[in-house]
Amino acid sequence: MKDKIGKIIFDNIVTIIFVVLCLLGVVASKLPIFFITHQLLLRIARNSFLVLSLIIPVLAGMGLNFGIVVGAMAGQIALVFVTHMALQGYTLFTGVPGFFISVIICTPISILFGWITGLILNKTKGQEMITSMMLGFFANGLYQLLFLFLVGTLIPMKDPVLMISGGIGIKNVVDLNHSVRYAVDNIVKKPLPVLLFIIGILGLLLSIWLIYKLSKDQVYKKKIGNKPYTYVGISGLLIALGIYLNVSGSIFATIQVPISTYIVIVVLCIFNVLIVKTKLGQDFRTVGQNRHIAQVAGINVDKVRIISIIVSTVLAGWGQLIFLQNLGILNTYGSHEQAGMFAVAALLIGGASVSRATIGQGILGVALFHTLFIVSPQAGKNLFGNAQIGEYFRTFVAYGVIGVSLGLHAWKSLIVEKRKRSIG
Amino acid sequence: MKGKVQALIKPIGIPRLIIVAFLGLLYVAAFFCKLPVNDLLNGHLVRVGMNGILVLAMVPAILSGIGPNFGIPVGIVCGLIGGLISIELDCYGANAFIVAALISIPLATVAGYLYGVLLNKVKGSEMMVGTYVGFSVVSLMCIAWLILPFTSMEIKWPIGRGLRTTISLAKRFDKILNAPFAIHIGKITIPTMLFVFFFAMCFVVWLFLNSKAGIAMKAVGQNSKFAIASGMNVDQNRMVSTILSTVLGAIGILVYAQSYGFFQLYTAPLMMAFAAVAAILIGGASSTNATIFHVILGTFLFQGLLVVALPVANVIVPKGNLSEVMRVVVQYGIILYALTKAGGGK
Repeated sequence: MKDKIGKIIFDNIVTIIFVVLCLLGVVASKLPIFFITHQLLLRIARNSFLVLSLIIPVLAGMGLNFGIVVGAMAGQIALVFVTHMALQGYTLFTGVPGFFISVIICTPISILFGWITGLILNKTKGQEMITSMMLGFFANGLYQLLFLFLVGTLIPMKDPVLMISGGIGIKNVVDLNHSVRYAVDNIVKKPLPVLLFIIGILGLLLSIWLIYKLSKDQVYKKKIGNKPYTYVGISGLLIALGIYLNVSGSIFATIQVPISTYIVIVVLCIFNVLIVKTKLGQDFRTVGQNRHIAQVAGINVDKVRIISIIVSTVLAGWGQLIFLQNLGILNTYGSHEQAGMFAVAALLIGGASVSRATIGQGILGVALFHTLFIVSPQAGKNLFGNAQIGEYFRTFVAYGVIGVSLGLHAWKSLIVEKRKRSIG
Repeated sequence: MKGKVQALIKPIGIPRLIIVAFLGLLYVAAFFCKLPVNDLLNGHLVRVGMNGILVLAMVPAILSGIGPNFGIPVGIVCGLIGGLISIELDCYGANAFIVAALISIPLATVAGYLYGVLLNKVKGSEMMVGTYVGFSVVSLMCIAWLILPFTSMEIKWPIGRGLRTTISLAKRFDKILNAPFAIHIGKITIPTMLFVFFFAMCFVVWLFLNSKAGIAMKAVGQNSKFAIASGMNVDQNRMVSTILSTVLGAIGILVYAQSYGFFQLYTAPLMMAFAAVAAILIGGASSTNATIFHVILGTFLFQGLLVVALPVANVIVPKGNLSEVMRVVVQYGIILYALTKAGGGK
């Protein structure tokens, strides 16, 4: 028993450290819990999609795809176009239809970008992460070239609101109030208890389905164990909490949550689960476990890798659209830059590694990372009398956690390799 | 005749010749745009000496098989700390520079040792881990700059806590290497001491590479299994190269700062590694092979592109900052190119 607890702690050490860190930060910041919850629910809706777009390349053994920055750029290109059209007076390009149009524009662009990324990553097997990172920086240069110099010269565009006075280049800030701000968020917005109910009921349905499956399949039962019953418990707790909040008339019941955005995220989660069950998903896993065996088994490894990157890039493009429609402001030359790093850091904080990542880890990571984001400036101010310390601290955390988990992963795989060699 | 030309071209390589031709073209363009070519050339020469040592720091890391040292900010912050202490101790002139170097070298040795221990644990992923170690160190130092107990008014903000973002060296060792013995030929100034210092450092590294330790290091980099078989200690050799690289990074930033005239703290060192890596790669190095010649040529070409392209681009496209965008594209493009050339096997 003692060993088991030790193992659980060791395996989840990163997450545990961050839970402790977040709790300390919440206490030190002296921010009202109401404010933190409110912010957190917003930020989970805003960022989860981007983080979840990282999972498939991990499955395919390509590590953490820092190249989702490229997908984010595709999303932003679509948004600039849509906002431009909206400003021209086409009401079709505002609100929900506007958002759908930006999805439609974004998708082919990100497929193209993803395909190019995949081709490059196939040339640098084993160094995908550094390559995708450099590719992100490189693409950023091309992106600036596009929006600072080509728009207004090679690409004919006239828009006094969006463009720098002089007619060449897009302004630093694009106000999405003109077009798609809150397009997805505002479809259905309900108080917090409703969200708790929905998640609780979904959880119950999932666990009932799992239990039904377990009763039929003994092998599966061994693999899954008692997980469904835990799910039942958690779902029950969520529903109970929802009822309690509603009945007690707590202030938390007044928090308006963008249910529609959460539904989109749930749909993506289901997609991520289902794709693993398909032939393609199994190919991802095989390639991820061992490229050589996959090759021998007749899988076109290069093609599978390219597909995984394309899927990831497209999802990242959509994720950036969701992120920006909530933010309401597109920082033309900055919004995408941090997208990759923050998403990667969040996923790692949730307990994922370079070779293994799950949906749960993604969501948990977003929650922890953004709790830290919300509380750290205030905590820094209260503890050291300087809010900047808190801000630098969270940047340090983002970089540090990526560095540490990359290091740990490399170290572990080196040891595994050594063991293999000494046995063989 | 043809053979002779080929023999001449081969060590430089066709890509280099294209970049040299492009650089020449930029100078010609600058002349026709009625830009002060002599000023450009002056700036170019200074920038070569200014950045050269940071680029030189890549050589030992590449040769020992670690690959381009993306973690050079580790050395850079050590150099910055040394420089700040020399100001705190109220040193002036050449004294200040020497004190700064003497303080930062042991610091960089310790930091390089720790960094080397880490790199030995993550063989195969040094570039990625190095990048994030660099990022983490820079952001950790951001916190440190806010709370370190320096008292000199030149370093601190006049009100509030923390150190300034840029610290002027005007009273300390600004241009300490650039100014003395500068040779003026017409309107062109050659910063003699800067070049002497740069070439001296190159010579020291060259000497090291041809010493017994250096040759062992290269052997480790070329084939670590063979090196183990011949009884060499791979980890130790990699450690030496990491320490050397980190120390060069520390000296490099001091040379950079004396020429620039300022120390830049906080997030300024974050991206410096990439410029240095790009420079040596432009010079013809790969992620497994580099020479002193690559350093000198690469720094000359890369800095030349930056210095000359800026005004020329501004004349051709007066709006915006085209040259900055081109720098980003060239810098990361060349790194990306080198990564794809290195290949990852099947």
